Amino acid sequence: MIEMKTTRIDAKGIHYTPLNQKIRAAIADGAGEIILDNVLGQRFIGSGLKSKVLITINGVPGGDLGMFMSGPICIVNGNAEHAPGNTMDSGMLVIHGSAGDAVSHSMRGGKVFIRDNIGYRGGIHMKQYEEESRPILVVGGTAHSFLGEYMAGGLVLVLGIGKGKSIIDRGIGSGIHGGEIIIRGEVDDYLLGVGAKKFKFNESDLERIAPVIKSFCEHFKLDSAAFLDTNYTRIAPESSRPFANKYVWE
Amino acid sequence: MCGIIGFIDRTKSKIDGSSIKAGLSLMNERGSGDGAGYAAYGIYPEYANYYALHVFFDNLDEPKKKVDELLQQWGEIVHQEEIPNTPQMGIKKVHIPWRYFFKPSEDLTGKIASEKDVITYLVMQVNANVKGATIFSSGKNMGVFKASGWPEDVANFYRIEDYKGYVWLAHNRYPTNSPGWWGGAHPFNLLNWSVVHNGEITSYGTNQRYVEGFGYKCTLFTDTEVVAYLLDLLGRQHELPHEMIVRALAPPFWDDIDHMPAREAELNKAIRLTYGSALMNGPFAIVVGTDDGIVGFTDRIKLRPLVVGENGNRLYISSEEAAIRGLDPEVKNVYTPRAGEPIIGRFIE
Repeated sequence: MIEMKTTRIDAKGIHYTPLNQKIRAAIADGAGEIILDNVLGQRFIGSGLKSKVLITINGVPGGDLGMFMSGPICIVNGNAEHAPGNTMDSGMLVIHGSAGDAVSHSMRGGKVFIRDNIGYRGGIHMKQYEEESRPILVVGGTAHSFLGEYMAGGLVLVLGIGKGKSIIDRGIGSGIHGGEIIIRGEVDDYLLGVGAKKFKFNESDLERIAPVIKSFCEHFKLDSAAFLDTNYTRIAPESSRPFANKYVWE
Repeated sequence: MCGIIGFIDRTKSKIDGSSIKAGLSLMNERGSGDGAGYAAYGIYPEYANYYALHVFFDNLDEPKKKVDELLQQWGEIVHQEEIPNTPQMGIKKVHIPWRYFFKPSEDLTGKIASEKDVITYLVMQVNANVKGATIFSSGKNMGVFKASGWPEDVANFYRIEDYKGYVWLAHNRYPTNSPGWWGGAHPFNLLNWSVVHNGEITSYGTNQRYVEGFGYKCTLFTDTEVVAYLLDLLGRQHELPHEMIVRALAPPFWDDIDHMPAREAELNKAIRLTYGSALMNGPFAIVVGTDDGIVGFTDRIKLRPLVVGENGNRLYISSEEAAIRGLDPEVKNVYTPRAGEPIIGRFIE
């Protein structure tokens, strides 16, 4: 086994441009693991990186964490701000905290795991390419309005840990035309957005998402057995063209 | 896109402007160098009974003569001076920032108009009719300091670390729909209401027509100005509590009201029907400074970010968590409020 080279970078007071240059230089230098300390608001960390590097972020990274990223795994010990996983291709973000609005914006592949809550418009414009590139967003706590807005593919899973109801905000799946949103427990009908429809969550669905649940629980040291049942609501597109009548008169 | 910060120490313990500047500069990405500003409460204790009128003068000749005359006609100027400033490479000093400490004459107030009505009248008069003069701050024991430039440059220009306040607002501007000029920088202020805002008020026309019916004049070429006047109208003139002001400006949707218990639904219907023209549309995150503390809220579908943090008697509201942690690394209980939810920090008596 080849020993992995670890590089530690103190991000205190550094603007995101030189910080990202240091990360790229460390990768070019053969680092397999990079630890960033004292991160505070630096944007675009890990953006556009194409490698299998593991990046540990201690602090609160700024917006667009892992944007356009292909391959790396980013572990955040703290909260994240807006749009982590924006247009991400592959790889993984694991956030030991909460995240802001537009999490997984236009994500195309890979996984985003958020231990606690996310803001508004999580999973907006998520898309997928057949089965080979299917993005997954899992939220341990709750998500606010317009979850999975205009969603074209992929999976959004909300577990509602510690919440009476997993979601209490409106507009779930507004304009969804592909992919699926799975929410722990019951979801009130009036919370569904335009074009979103509730479906019964059955054993075959559970079989399909069980590996995702297990993986999420492993990362945050939760007992997955507590989540491996059919007490979920599945929300998917009513049709592939929810706004067909709005823009086209045939 | 803009960056905003609101701070209150509920026990009125004061902090100087240096940490506010540092917190704001963490969000430089949210600005374009076309405007920044600060509002601080508790900074003029020696003149606490006088209105601190901060004015941008194009020159100290004709416009100042007119403002001097108007103020002397309406009351007493107890002190006046140029607001201390230090030249900065990044700031073109196109205006002279001036301050008056002023009290309206008791002979002219009391029966029909209050002191605050007189001040409001004077602000509208100067801003609409005196060419080369803009009153941009008119509260008691507080002041706004703003200009075109980056947050650090504006802070250094006004030597913001020399002021100590128990409430601070700060703003980093990225103007999108109106020119970047000194009067267009935030905070916007009238009396002790100050506003910092990230977003757009797309209902500006409706809101402007509404407040102009009550004698306010929008003269500063940008949408946020109308928010300060809406607050004065609803908060001071109509005496609505802060929670109800936010409910009027960013009310729940009708179908959300349909799901409320009967009494709550009735109240919300009444507010929507009464204040339909005060409803603000468009994307916004706002923090307001008032006599009693600070109030933060967003538009009804949360099109702009807002984060809250607390540490003992201190409450922080900002566009980004990093700015709050930059201000106070020990901050606890960091969370994001729901759309339209008022976040209120009041002083402890």
